Amino acid sequence: MPSLENITDDLDVWLYQQFGATATFLIESVLIALLAIGLFSILGLVLIMMERKVSAYMQVRLGPNRVGPKGMFQTVADTLKLIVKEGMTPDGADKFLFNLAPFIVMIIAMVILAPLAFSKGFQIWDINIGVLFITAVSSVSVIGILMAGWASNNKYSLLGAMRSGAQIVSYELSAGLSVIAIVVLTGSLRISDIVASQENGWWLFKGHIPVLIAFVIFIIAITAETNRAPFDLAEAESELTAGFHTEYSGMKFALFFLAEYVNIFIVCAVGATLFLGGWMPLHFGSNTQFNHVMDYIPGIVWFMGKTFFLIFVIMWFRWTFPRLRIDQLLNLEWKYLLPISLFNLLLVTLMAIMGWHF
Amino acid sequence: MYRQTEILQDATQVSPLNGGGDLEGAGDLIINVGPQHPSTHGVLHLVITLNGETIKKVEPHLGYIHRSIEKMCESLTFRQFIYVTSKMDYLSSHINNHGCCLCVEKGLQIEVPERAQVIRVLMDELTRLASHQLWWGALGMDVGALTPFFHAFRERELINDIFEETCGTRLTMNYMVPGGVMADLHPNFQRRVHEFIKQFKLKIDEYDELLTDNIIFKNRMQGVGVLSAADAVSYGCTGPVARGSNVVCDIRKLYPYEVYNKLQFDEVIETGGDCYARYMVRMKEMRQSLSIIEQLIDQVPEGEFQAKTKAVLKLPKGEYYSRVETARGEFGVYIVSEGGTTPYRIKFRSPGFSNLSALDHMARGGKIGDLIAIMGSLDLVIPDIDR
Repeated sequence: MPSLENITDDLDVWLYQQFGATATFLIESVLIALLAIGLFSILGLVLIMMERKVSAYMQVRLGPNRVGPKGMFQTVADTLKLIVKEGMTPDGADKFLFNLAPFIVMIIAMVILAPLAFSKGFQIWDINIGVLFITAVSSVSVIGILMAGWASNNKYSLLGAMRSGAQIVSYELSAGLSVIAIVVLTGSLRISDIVASQENGWWLFKGHIPVLIAFVIFIIAITAETNRAPFDLAEAESELTAGFHTEYSGMKFALFFLAEYVNIFIVCAVGATLFLGGWMPLHFGSNTQFNHVMDYIPGIVWFMGKTFFLIFVIMWFRWTFPRLRIDQLLNLEWKYLLPISLFNLLLVTLMAIMGWHF
Repeated sequence: MYRQTEILQDATQVSPLNGGGDLEGAGDLIINVGPQHPSTHGVLHLVITLNGETIKKVEPHLGYIHRSIEKMCESLTFRQFIYVTSKMDYLSSHINNHGCCLCVEKGLQIEVPERAQVIRVLMDELTRLASHQLWWGALGMDVGALTPFFHAFRERELINDIFEETCGTRLTMNYMVPGGVMADLHPNFQRRVHEFIKQFKLKIDEYDELLTDNIIFKNRMQGVGVLSAADAVSYGCTGPVARGSNVVCDIRKLYPYEVYNKLQFDEVIETGGDCYARYMVRMKEMRQSLSIIEQLIDQVPEGEFQAKTKAVLKLPKGEYYSRVETARGEFGVYIVSEGGTTPYRIKFRSPGFSNLSALDHMARGGKIGDLIAIMGSLDLVIPDIDR
């Protein structure tokens, strides 16, 4: 059966035979960059469309349905509009930082893509500290947001950026601790090892209640980290008009917008990899017939399915919950989530040492 | 009673962003919220002084939508001026008209037929429901939940359809005339209202599930913007804002007009005084309005829908005052007549203005998010404040 692993391997071997080691590396880098950019643009289109349709059906309306079949090209039309729109820079702004900020946010989102395993062997960079790399790099994105808020010379932007800074720095802790729970169980930071350890069952099922708690905390923390409602205090359109990107327009705004959705995809992909088995199919213990059927579904479908399920959950949050206040947001993290995840980590460690998981 | 406010410093001097900072009050951030802002619900302009995220002072600036309606009314006849008031509180336009009609009828001692009275009350309560529904959705948006807005509008649309059929208009209905109503009820009216009652009874429980019992929403509302009963009275707050602070002030109960004294309904009083109490007052009021409509809808008496009046109305010389309970509180109409066909002087007492004046008192010490929640719980309609 042709799989993505075979394709990439065959390509690698063929390139190596044709051009030699250095050229192969260069060509592959370019190919990966093109693929990543392509993936990003497709993700932007798909996720924005999905957000609109999900919100529409939750709000008893139809959503975009005019451009293209079932309104599928609405996002394309919007993107075109944003591209041709004038990219304004306010007079009082720090022009260099103002224009740099959207790119930083975008580049950070692209870099996190590297260690994600989309399917068996279909991974840009199987680095041995994959999980650490993701947590480390994703916290850098706050710099882009702070930069945008500061450079805009707008008080709303500044407030939004400060909120975002406080928020992301706090919720990194919980997200990190719940990720460590899985690392403790697996004994490896490498993404491919983590996925492989879930061959006979996903951690969510294998890990009893502690992993379930870690999963819930992880979902809450990533919602906060991506500045999504009910933690969208950095934008909070009813309070700060648009928060840190109040002054942005045209393509610079679009980059922020796209980065938000790509970030959602990435954190959900990480969640799916750590807790829901990544590209591993659903297996039920010794039920070989069932397991066999599940094996026929390609890994990429499993991976995308799990990721999009988590994305849907996060969208569901956004269109249901009101927004928290800044002090409540920080209370939730420092008074509840952080102590719970610390204690939970102890439980998971105990479980891992005693071998109580399946 | 009103707290001494400091003189507002020039923002360019004290803002650390602009190189200031040596002056007293350094570190304060002065932000203009509005006149164009998503949650001022109109052209309200608030100058807020912040210390970090904490609000030190809120100064409402009015006048962006002042149309001098009171002056305008002086050149309109007693039949005409009623309809200008539709554009004041556009969400309670029918109740505004009602107040004006009551004042003119008081002056001319017109006896309103009972059918007209019932129709007026029915329309009043439907208007109140529509207004509270819009408030519910808008409050949801203010605290960051976008979905309630659409759910509220689904039911509000049904009310607007009922209005459209009978009155010809959906928002500013202009259905009142001195002595009754402009036209008789549409034949479909009762059936439509029954359909609406049936749907809304189901959906109002859904409203509660979606927002009222939500833990985040409760945290955002409870204990926020507390207004004591004494403060509510001293600021002149009326309507749900005062009733949320345990002040008895429902005009329908205290000074009943039309058929309100024959109806069974409760004045909703909450004791909390915070945003959640004001929220609960309006939610319970919706159920009360629903019960009033249910009591009346099958009991509309036969007869004339309009008393016979002269073509040109001339109020005898004197001063007249009447008040009604709009969705936002007490709406008063004060007419001075010199005996001519137009009012000599007219003054409207709008509930929004007094309610807004309590904003600074409630918002101090809170966060920006609190300010927005408080504004949402006050249910401000800016054209009503500015007139």
